[in-house]
Amino acid sequence: MTDLIPVIVAKYNYWLYIVLMMIGLYAMIAKNNLIKKLVGMNIFQTSIILFYVSMGCKTGGATIPIIQHGLGVGHHAIDPAHYVNPLPHVLMLTAIVVSVSTFGVAVALAIKIYQRHKTLEEDEILAQSRER
Amino acid sequence: MKTAGLIIVVLAGAILLYATRDFPPWGAPDSPASTHVSPRYLQKSMEETAVPNVVTSVLADYRGFDTMFETTVIFCAGIGCFALLRILRRKPEDRYYRHIATEITLHLKGGKLPEKSREFERIDTLWTPYDLIIKTMCRILVPFIQLFALYVIAHGHHSPGGGFQGGVILGASMILVAISHNMRTAIGRISEKTDNLLMPTGVFIYAGIGTLCLILGANFLDYSGLSTILFSGPIMARSHGIFGVEIGVGITVMAVMISIYNNLASAGKQDEGL
Amino acid sequence: MNDHYPALLIISPLLFSYLTSAAAWIRKGLCYPLAVVGSGLSAWFSVWLFANVLQKGTIEYRLGGWEAPWGIGYRVDTLNGLVLTVVSVLAFINLVSTRRSVAAEFPEKEGAFYTLYLLFIVGLVGMTVTGDLFNLYVLLEVASLTSYALIALGGGRAPLASLNYLFMGTIGGCFYLLGVGYLYIMTGSLNMADVASLLPAIHTSSAVWVAFTFCMVGVGLKMAFFPLHVWLPNAYTYAPSAVSSLIAPLMTKVMVYVMIRLMISVFSLDFIFGYLKVADPMVWLSVLAIIMGALLALAQKNLKRMFCYIIVSEIGYMVGGAWLGNAAGMTGAILHILNDALMTITLFLAAGNIYYKINGLEFHQLRGLFHRMPLTMACFVTAALSIIGVPPTCGFFSKWYLITGALQAGQYGFLAALLFSSLVNVILFFRVIEISYYGDMQHAHGHGSPSEPRTEAPATMLTPLLIVSTGLVIIGMYTGTIVTTLIDPIIPAALAR
Repeated sequence: MTDLIPVIVAKYNYWLYIVLMMIGLYAMIAKNNLIKKLVGMNIFQTSIILFYVSMGCKTGGATIPIIQHGLGVGHHAIDPAHYVNPLPHVLMLTAIVVSVSTFGVAVALAIKIYQRHKTLEEDEILAQSRER
Repeated sequence: MKTAGLIIVVLAGAILLYATRDFPPWGAPDSPASTHVSPRYLQKSMEETAVPNVVTSVLADYRGFDTMFETTVIFCAGIGCFALLRILRRKPEDRYYRHIATEITLHLKGGKLPEKSREFERIDTLWTPYDLIIKTMCRILVPFIQLFALYVIAHGHHSPGGGFQGGVILGASMILVAISHNMRTAIGRISEKTDNLLMPTGVFIYAGIGTLCLILGANFLDYSGLSTILFSGPIMARSHGIFGVEIGVGITVMAVMISIYNNLASAGKQDEGL
Repeated sequence: MNDHYPALLIISPLLFSYLTSAAAWIRKGLCYPLAVVGSGLSAWFSVWLFANVLQKGTIEYRLGGWEAPWGIGYRVDTLNGLVLTVVSVLAFINLVSTRRSVAAEFPEKEGAFYTLYLLFIVGLVGMTVTGDLFNLYVLLEVASLTSYALIALGGGRAPLASLNYLFMGTIGGCFYLLGVGYLYIMTGSLNMADVASLLPAIHTSSAVWVAFTFCMVGVGLKMAFFPLHVWLPNAYTYAPSAVSSLIAPLMTKVMVYVMIRLMISVFSLDFIFGYLKVADPMVWLSVLAIIMGALLALAQKNLKRMFCYIIVSEIGYMVGGAWLGNAAGMTGAILHILNDALMTITLFLAAGNIYYKINGLEFHQLRGLFHRMPLTMACFVTAALSIIGVPPTCGFFSKWYLITGALQAGQYGFLAALLFSSLVNVILFFRVIEISYYGDMQHAHGHGSPSEPRTEAPATMLTPLLIVSTGLVIIGMYTGTIVTTLIDPIIPAALAR
């Protein structure tokens, strides 16, 4: 039991985000209302973003990746261990924009579906489509 | 469907959790992610691009090509919402007008009064009372918000910020006008045609700077090629190139945010919003 | 200028899409010409780039001037070059044919349509040419978003079909991103060649095979591999005809290319076939895909829907061929990317012409079509022969390689599925040909000569169809050259011959 605790401390952030991802994925698959599916999609994408950002963290008091004044270019050398890994942040800026764009197009589609079917529950929409 | 979904989700979660046992511990300084590619960004960003904010220099210079397509993604979303929702030729419908002097409400079925009439003002179908405090405070705040947004865009080299963040704040300022007043006021400030012309302008600036580098002899998006026309060394040319593309990104993001809000809130009619 | 072709072929449609979007609000008549120029430039540059690759070998291009893995690098070899040329040339041919149908179906959204069209081309071309894993994700999302919007432009049930496609496509893209994230944690790099050099040292760790699984499931969702295909029939059937003839041939084939690229260049074939023992289950899944696609196609009464299930079956061919584990199978799969793109675009262009003239695609509406639209139906018959696998059309040759590969690998189930699917295709197409040729004999009053006037589709819609259907025969006749010069160099020596 005691050797489980170091494992949990070392990996708990990944486990937490994977659980969040699965909650979002379940909402996308299993819920009936289109808006609930959209919310699930948002949870899923956000948890992937958090997963990536957490992998850039460095222990030992690392700070944000903005080089402090007076370092570099002939002054004191820059120690990468003082700064958080910038690459996951960059990748996730892109992923956030992609997530927002997909959400915008999805809401536009939901509005069009509502204008035609007057409901947002998927089973009612399918029943209406079968009748036509 | 729910049981099938539950089985899939539990299976996927179990596989993902199982794989984490081989991960390096969280925050370990010798993990591959911290030691392979990214130390060079931290060590060389100042001397190669003269930009202290390493996230901005990686975003706009080292991996600037990705950022150009990210801006294209948000541009696609704006065009997509326009293409899906916008109703350009509408049948005449009911309009409500309020006579300002006597506060009588008129309901016109299928007709309309001139837009800039002094005696009658057009009100939304779900009319809420005129709220002086909200309108005045928002009107006072909007210029400061926009100034802050321009600061965020321009100061992205030295503090967290950049084009996307500043563009969203600019868009939010116009959405504030649309919420606190009504959508027709906001559209009166930035018309639909201006907004739809601003959308491609920003991304065109980004791709245009890259093509300019190509024409001047360097690779695509290699800002050091701009050093001939900017009269500075290649390192400062990179810094200026990053600033130029951030401006382009900010313009496009602002225009897209406003366009998406207008189209979604009015379901394509651009007439009455929330 | 020669060196910059990899960048130019992406910039030209990108810049022209922005110009088209601005032209929609300034002068509408310019939208179509600008789109044609942008797409034409992209096709032109990709053909020249492909010619350069054939002369000089693999071409690498550093974007932003930074070398990989610190910057994003492009890497073009013959596999890339082939898929690139196919995508950009077919998209250009389709663009020429869309003018009439767009003007008929949604005239006031023309500017937005052409903008989204060019951006879709940018997404597909960028996915093919890139050598960076995260760049591939961003371009995948560009292509996906534009396809969601384009598909939903058809009225009626199209928005619901597009929303379902959006949900499944987003899950696919996010699974791919998860896989890339796991690879990044284990290797620290995002460049394909760099990851490939770092993976052999850690190939026994569980994170690597989980990354592989999630990348494959994500790509499988986007390429409609059975049972993840449920979004495809609705999305492609309800899309406008100009859109379905663009997206149906190209999107799924580019995703098959991505799968083959991940198999060959990132996770090496030694790892996949030697360490992971999933080749057999994948081939059995492909068998299931082929059979289910064929059976479901038999049950359809709408021409476009039948084509969609044929696509599901063809994806089964390609995935099965790639996972057979020998050179003949992989050659068949790569050759089938080219052939299937041609066959599918011919079918969907023919369906577009038919829909433009008679405004419907149910079987009972197709009566007597042979007499009214002879050229369109002649091209349709050529495509039908190619899908069935009749020489000298190209479909025969890719099936031949797949059958050879199945025999060599001992996968008799795959062989049986290929033959079964050819038989079912015969039934499917002869049913349609019978209805459209003999359909109005009962109304003919015994005159013997058809009394329907010839109402063929307009020239801008007919010419592209004629070009691609003659391409089917020409590519078939040059198969030997294609295989030896283009495909053989890419197949790694690790695959048994």
